[in-house]
Amino acid sequence: MDRSSDILEQRVLPPIKRRIKVLVAKLGLDGHDRGAKVVARALRDAGMEVVYTGIRQTPEQVVNAALQEDVDVVGISILSGAHMALVPRVLELLREKGLDDVAVVVGGIIPGDDIPKLKAMGVKEVFIPGTPLNAIVDFIRRNVAAKRGDQSEG
Amino acid sequence: MRVEELFEQALKGDTLSISRLISYIEYPSREGTWLLSRLLKRAGKAHVIGITGSPGSGKSTLISRLIEAYRKRGERVAVVAVDPSSPFTQGALMGDRIRMQKFATDPGVFIRSFATRGERGGISTAALLTVEAFDGLGYNRILLETVGVGQVDVDIMHAAHTILVLTAPGTGDEIQALKAGLMEIGDIYVVNKADRPGATETLKQLEFAIEGGIFKSRSGWKPVALKVSAALGEGVDELVKVIDEHIDYITKNSIAWQRVEERRIHALKSMVLWLIEARLEDLLKKPENSKLIEGIVKGDIPVYTAAVKLLEMI
Repeated sequence: MDRSSDILEQRVLPPIKRRIKVLVAKLGLDGHDRGAKVVARALRDAGMEVVYTGIRQTPEQVVNAALQEDVDVVGISILSGAHMALVPRVLELLREKGLDDVAVVVGGIIPGDDIPKLKAMGVKEVFIPGTPLNAIVDFIRRNVAAKRGDQSEG
Repeated sequence: MRVEELFEQALKGDTLSISRLISYIEYPSREGTWLLSRLLKRAGKAHVIGITGSPGSGKSTLISRLIEAYRKRGERVAVVAVDPSSPFTQGALMGDRIRMQKFATDPGVFIRSFATRGERGGISTAALLTVEAFDGLGYNRILLETVGVGQVDVDIMHAAHTILVLTAPGTGDEIQALKAGLMEIGDIYVVNKADRPGATETLKQLEFAIEGGIFKSRSGWKPVALKVSAALGEGVDELVKVIDEHIDYITKNSIAWQRVEERRIHALKSMVLWLIEARLEDLLKKPENSKLIEGIVKGDIPVYTAAVKLLEMI
């Protein structure tokens, strides 16, 4: 880079913090998106920028949206029971596209036995029904702060 | 990845590189400034369509139809979609992609969502700079979607070559169509949701407003009104034809490049305003200005006097 870009440092700019950007997606064939919408709204209220993809998304659609939006976190909502088939595919595609640094969290009806398996595959956290919204917000904040070296807001 | 390499990869069409490039640009950064300086030299060739209208008028659904039409022609299409940020939390819920997700896996389509981050007017500085970026990267068709607008959110007029203003049946009488602001800026007025009752009436009101006008449009082009049902895909072919006619018109009359100039000047103005606003917020919080603020709140200092004082500090 040449020195012409230094103008940004010569002038005192107001401190601008990158907002946390989250993709919330409904993976698979179930159309029950109340939970996804409640979580998306909670993240919005926590000051994050949330992109919602809508229902009935394939792993390919979710990962491509994450890729184009350059999000910090992908939140997958799934109630159909197909998580053990679809979530690994999302993780695999994310790695394939070079998005290893994107944190994946899963929410929905996930049997207790599957939670450690999903985490072993690379899912950062699983939120089952009844999880307080604050717990989801805090988890995402902590996770993104650790990745960025604590410069984020929201 | 070094920024020079990122730029090369983005020019070759690598999606991850394009995405990271936009992230550099959407917040002020050294990398973003460097990238923009390269991109601006390449930009100016794309045709930018602005799509505006009130919340729920069907902008995203119509965009999905336009993507379909331009993809059939083999064009690369970029979508820049803007949604509002919260004035309370600065958070945002961006849902424009929902209607476009069937193109998420199409390598010829790039969709990026933006929150307004406190900016008004219906678009944002970051969105405008991203239009320049897509243009510089060789996307020949750029669809710029505003937030759901009110009557005075007309900044899109400085940012697009062709402006579509969407309305839906049953959203007001003839007087609404005659009001200043939003209903003056369209090159094409689209009565969307034409499958619903009252569409023909709404179209007639728009045609009346257009016919009676002394002021035609910003370019002398006589605006066109037409009915579309984006949900059903009806009237889209005709809309695309009218958009083509508008492109012909602005090309023949050497207006196309003027629009690029206008867009850049607008980006400059909106960035300066954004910086001033941030600086102003700073100044208002400073202890040395507390007396001035106190005087304003109590009514001891006239607003004009205080405003001039603050302006000098900026």
